[in-house]
Amino acid sequence: MPVSVSFAAVLPEIVLAVGAMGLLMLGAFGRPEGSGSMQRIGGFAILLLILTGIAVVGGDTAQAFDGVFITDAFARFVKLLILAGSGVAILLSLDDFKRSGTDRFEVPILVLLATVGMMMMVSANDLIALYIGLELQSLALYVLAAIRRDDVRSSEAGMKYFVLGALSSGMLLYGASLLYGFTGTTSFAGLAEAAAAPGAATNIGLIAGLVFLLVGLAFKVSAVPFHMWTPDVYEGAPTPVTAFFAAAPKLAAMALLVRVLYDGFGGMFVQWQKIVVFLAIASMLLGAFAAIGQTNIKRLMAYSSIGHVGFALVGLAAGSEEGVQSLLVYLAIYLVMTLGSFAVILAMRRDEGPVEDIYELSGLAQTNLPMAFVLAMLLFSLAGVPPLAGFFAKFYVLAAAVKAELYGLAIIGVLASVVGAFYYLRIVKVMFFDEARPAFAPAAPYVHYVMMAAGLFVLFYAVYPAPLVDAAAAAAQSLRP
Amino acid sequence: MDISAAPILSIVTFLPLAGALFIALLSREAVQNIRYTALWTTLITFALSLLIWINFDASSAGFQFVEERDWLGPIKYKMGVDGISMLFVILTTFLMPLCILASWESVEKRVKEYMIAFLVLETLVIGVFCALDLVLFYVFFEGGLIPMFLIIGVWGGARRVYASFKFFLYTFLGSVLMLVAMMAMYWHAGTTDIPTLLTTTFPSDMQFWLWLAFFASFAVKMPMWPVHTWLPDAHVEAPTAGSVILAGILLKLGGYGFLRFSLPMFPEASATFAPLVFGLSVIAIVATSLIAIVQEDMKKLIAYSSVAHMGFVTMGIFTFSRQGIDGAIFQMLSHGLISSALFLCVGVVYDRLHTREIKAYGGIVERMPIYAAIFLVFTMGNVGLPGTSGFVGEFLTLLAAFKANTLVAVIATSGVIFSAAYALYLYRQVVFGPLEKPSLKALADVTPREIAILAPLLLLTIFFGFYPAPILDVTGATVEALAQQIAGATDAAGAAAVDAAGEAAGGIVPAPAAEPTP
Repeated sequence: MPVSVSFAAVLPEIVLAVGAMGLLMLGAFGRPEGSGSMQRIGGFAILLLILTGIAVVGGDTAQAFDGVFITDAFARFVKLLILAGSGVAILLSLDDFKRSGTDRFEVPILVLLATVGMMMMVSANDLIALYIGLELQSLALYVLAAIRRDDVRSSEAGMKYFVLGALSSGMLLYGASLLYGFTGTTSFAGLAEAAAAPGAATNIGLIAGLVFLLVGLAFKVSAVPFHMWTPDVYEGAPTPVTAFFAAAPKLAAMALLVRVLYDGFGGMFVQWQKIVVFLAIASMLLGAFAAIGQTNIKRLMAYSSIGHVGFALVGLAAGSEEGVQSLLVYLAIYLVMTLGSFAVILAMRRDEGPVEDIYELSGLAQTNLPMAFVLAMLLFSLAGVPPLAGFFAKFYVLAAAVKAELYGLAIIGVLASVVGAFYYLRIVKVMFFDEARPAFAPAAPYVHYVMMAAGLFVLFYAVYPAPLVDAAAAAAQSLRP
Repeated sequence: MDISAAPILSIVTFLPLAGALFIALLSREAVQNIRYTALWTTLITFALSLLIWINFDASSAGFQFVEERDWLGPIKYKMGVDGISMLFVILTTFLMPLCILASWESVEKRVKEYMIAFLVLETLVIGVFCALDLVLFYVFFEGGLIPMFLIIGVWGGARRVYASFKFFLYTFLGSVLMLVAMMAMYWHAGTTDIPTLLTTTFPSDMQFWLWLAFFASFAVKMPMWPVHTWLPDAHVEAPTAGSVILAGILLKLGGYGFLRFSLPMFPEASATFAPLVFGLSVIAIVATSLIAIVQEDMKKLIAYSSVAHMGFVTMGIFTFSRQGIDGAIFQMLSHGLISSALFLCVGVVYDRLHTREIKAYGGIVERMPIYAAIFLVFTMGNVGLPGTSGFVGEFLTLLAAFKANTLVAVIATSGVIFSAAYALYLYRQVVFGPLEKPSLKALADVTPREIAILAPLLLLTIFFGFYPAPILDVTGATVEALAQQIAGATDAAGAAAVDAAGEAAGGIVPAPAAEPTP
């Protein structure tokens, strides 16, 4: 069988990978390392991400490497989100690393390499491609978590992330090998056929393989009960890296989950739906209740992100085209809210260094009203209060669940969002109702831009929501044409 | 003036938002400019909203001034008003300038944010009454929580944080269940268009659950006993203008919701649950009136009296008769005037003494005779004395309840006596008695600004007490159609729970009370 080599489909990945290598050379052999090298490389990296984005937009629906790799509207949609997330994360990291005196040119390059891995994950149409993409992403992320190697918390975060990530990769590989053993194929098309065949529901090997695969992926999206690493890693990693973790890799892993379950194992919907429903409920509830006691804002955002993963999984649990569409809308809005919130967290810095306790935000409305207002809007949006963008995200996933007659799931979802509202409100309360603390040191202009852009997005999304919804609809439709 | 071509509802809805954006651009220090901008914005909004009333065709039961635009695919941006909602729009735009005026001197810190919050709130509340799409309705309905949360929390009293959280979480919890119900309706009917849904018949068992979900939301907003406990806290801690908005407008959202959704869309379930609502209503009327008598805080007393008055509203609505619904709407509008005025009256003395404790006052009639006279009228209105607007609504709802369920009417009527007890107790303690406390001796009477705020409310309270026709004319056709629709639906379903509904299609002036049903 001749191996078809069509590079057009993988053009964006090639651009990004080659560019990242080039930047690595530039960093290693260019002008002597010192202050400013990270900024320079970072600027190039953002440029490269934009170029890749253009290549993604210009791409067509195609397969490459004998069907191992697929680009369709779904992949393009998620890839653009990932590229945007990575770009903004780099933007946010430039100033922060410089101020803490640990600027290394490797940071943007590692982000780029992780992005290549994520794009591979999104386009994976085969278990091998899935694993390669996942590991490429994960290895870069482990290093990023531990990039401040003199800092105990950062090293600890990297170590924890690595050990648990390796464990989940092992489970995933075990599942993949079971699937291969019982179906004789690694391609998703072949797996889809096997899953749709009569008797698949009683094929214990297939089911066991699917479960292990799911466990591995649940680790990556940090769905409960595979979430334990998230709060520690979020807290320990440098804040801009945490912003990156919360945004792009979640999206990639979620997209992968959708492709594997909805596309690959569509025939075994009844089997995996129960698992996804459980993951969704557990994540929403834990995300809501565990965040109540947190005072470190990064830890709080970790639990918040767990809760949001639960909501996104509600869309997947519906197992319908509306469900996938709603999940994609959710991810897009979640990305903006997360990056905006982390931009604010990065701006929480006094002259003596960054602060992370939510009580440091006390009376922010009196010292810096625009920042307090933006964060308040982002938090109300995360809580899902209309007319902000986060409401529409939740609306779509819950509507999909109701259509699939998952009433219990929808009701638990809305109740969890009420509990979640409590801790988001607590931050609003600290900012608006409490006595003022000394003002923060002025943040870098980029951080302000990101903050403002995110704030404007959540505020005015309701005015013109159609483009995002339509793009997500086209993306969802491309999975099962 | 012909306004048929202009999107008048959208203009009235979003004009305050435009004003808020303008204020956002003003300097924080330009306090006086900010106040005047807010005042003029609300006044112009009120003037424009009067155009709606002038051009309103009272003989039509359908929606008027309808606008429709693409928004979220099948979910449209659709606005329109009918006889039920139009007057609430007017009430909102009418009370808002008074709120701004009432905050003129009493709010001194963070004036800019305060005015922005109020104007945003006005946009959201008007939107609730105009929205003709489920999702749009929900967006406005819930969106109002954000500014109100901030108003209570930032400018409120000592326990403002507790009150604001309780307010937000209580109402949020009630509403999210309604959201799930809305989605179920959407997938069943294939649309979120309210006029279409009004003519959709939902299966009986589905109605049951949908009704409960909507009830969870509206009962909290209303608020009905036993989910009323957020209200006294929110009222007491909110700044005066916040209390006015809460009592005058936000409490009406629940009653409006029952009329817009629960009754016409789920008529069978409404008939099934009517005894439950009656029960909760009379408990609210009697129990909260008794609770009001023992209050030591003026605002808390008025807050509990609000719960009792809302009991008359729910009772009237669930008689499904024309008098009952007319009376409920009238009661809501009248309560919007009277309770707002009472909170403003409390605000007047609070601004001078900074305490709301009833015991801290006494004998102020000697220093504030004009105030005492104004306060007296509103106290009488609160009691429901004939000649004030408070009487008309209570009378109509009691009349309808008497037809529907005599026992309910008898118990509810006793609530009128209790309301006289607490209202007169409050008045006596504050206004009469010996003027002994030294802090009271230097009190100055109401200022022209305060008279300007209270005078319109005073005139309308008395005017509608003697001549309720302008309101009942507007609501007449729509309520008539609603009552007949329910009667038809429940008859068709074979539910004979409400025998009064069919014959209740009488004139505007209530017919002589029917014989008590044996």
